[in-house]
Amino acid sequence: MSEYYKPEHLARFGEIKAGSPDLAKKFFEWYGATFEDGALTKREKCLIALAVAHSEQCPYCIDAYTTGCLENGSDLEEMTEAVHVAAAIKGGAALVHGLQMLEKTQKRGM
Amino acid sequence: MNSTTSLNVLTPLDLASPEAGPKPTKSLVARGSDLVAPAVQLARLDAVKLSSDDDFDTFAARSGYPEFSPASLEILQVNMGKLCNMTCRHCHVDAGPDRVEENMSRDTVDAVLEVLDRTGAHTVDITGGAPELNPHFTYFVEECVSRGKHVIDRCNLTVLLLPKLAGLPQWLADRGVEVVCSLPHHRARNTDAQRGDGTYAKSIRALEILNAVGYGQGDATKVLTLMTNPAGAFLAPDQAATEQQWKASLQRHHGVTFDRLIALNNMPISRFLEWLEDTSNLEAYMQKLLDSFNPAALSGVMCRNTISVGWDGWVYDCDFNQMLAMHATDRAGERLHIANFAEASAEERVIATARHCFGCTAGAGSSCGGATA
Repeated sequence: MSEYYKPEHLARFGEIKAGSPDLAKKFFEWYGATFEDGALTKREKCLIALAVAHSEQCPYCIDAYTTGCLENGSDLEEMTEAVHVAAAIKGGAALVHGLQMLEKTQKRGM
Repeated sequence: MNSTTSLNVLTPLDLASPEAGPKPTKSLVARGSDLVAPAVQLARLDAVKLSSDDDFDTFAARSGYPEFSPASLEILQVNMGKLCNMTCRHCHVDAGPDRVEENMSRDTVDAVLEVLDRTGAHTVDITGGAPELNPHFTYFVEECVSRGKHVIDRCNLTVLLLPKLAGLPQWLADRGVEVVCSLPHHRARNTDAQRGDGTYAKSIRALEILNAVGYGQGDATKVLTLMTNPAGAFLAPDQAATEQQWKASLQRHHGVTFDRLIALNNMPISRFLEWLEDTSNLEAYMQKLLDSFNPAALSGVMCRNTISVGWDGWVYDCDFNQMLAMHATDRAGERLHIANFAEASAEERVIATARHCFGCTAGAGSSCGGATA
């Protein structure tokens, strides 16, 4: 299993261009532009990315956006709140499916 | 020189108390650390394995500076000594209440003033330690102000709460001195992590006092600048974007205001170097500095428009070189000293560099004036 999830892959992400330089170029340009200051600040975008990284459970993204949040001026409390938002949505998403279960149960049951 | 008896503002005993200022650690000197020796620090930095072995001068040469030399002199930065009421974890000066010997004498202050009269420097940037604790601080400020110089006091904020310095904020305001105050973060956690428990609360109190005497309200003669540096092994935030957020946060939570924010990276020397080593962050941090090398940050780094004077009158390219005992030298290789300082030969010098210099060119750049790119 040692081929999975190598920390050094994050720094080597750019090597993904090997199989398709054109697509990689498009991806990284779009990715970079996405995180520029806009209607949302870079700091806010990093907090969103940190939250999504947790719901996606991507260790590379968690690594990258923990640093990204710190370097854009967020602190542990703000970052923890962002992760709780992700966890709340993840938990809520599971639980709200319970309505399907409920309706099915009510239909089948007496 | 017997500095201990000349420190008539406060005795070291006063300063060593927790009430005088937070102390999350002790100075390297007090702990007998081998990092006290600048040569040891430089060797440790050189020993770090990085993706490139090219030195700073090679990077500078590739970026259009075949010889890394200064522009014209604008700022005289004067380090009045290492005495401080705090012992922050990241301090590049290794300052603390025990550093009673290395503090500028009146004779050296006068020699600095004499040089000031002969140079084109428009700004005197006073730093330390806590420069306010030097008994000649007010004399020096007064003399610089009377010469029409812009004067900056690099202040740790908590020092303003010492009872014996209670009148200082008003005194500085009356003379139009800009105060540049260290505050790592606009919230408590990171501030106290870097500078010690209780720092944030004391800092807010000091900001209230500065506001009360007119600082931080858009008056060009009472400029209150906050200076942030990261509480950890990561780069400083974008200062323009961060300034708006800080202003809103400090206003909302504490009703305090300031004029501008500057953001500096931490240099991997002295107590910050120790922290990087102790937490196994050194290699990754150095690699980050190297990876973040920004050629656009190079022209504005402080060593190009500033000279730094140590407590004993020796002259350096910057405060960091000063702490590493990397003397500024003229073309003949003679060390520059304030007693025989000539602006022309200083401007012709080559800036002394080593691996720590990558801290000033990383990301948006970093100097005593903040971002450089």
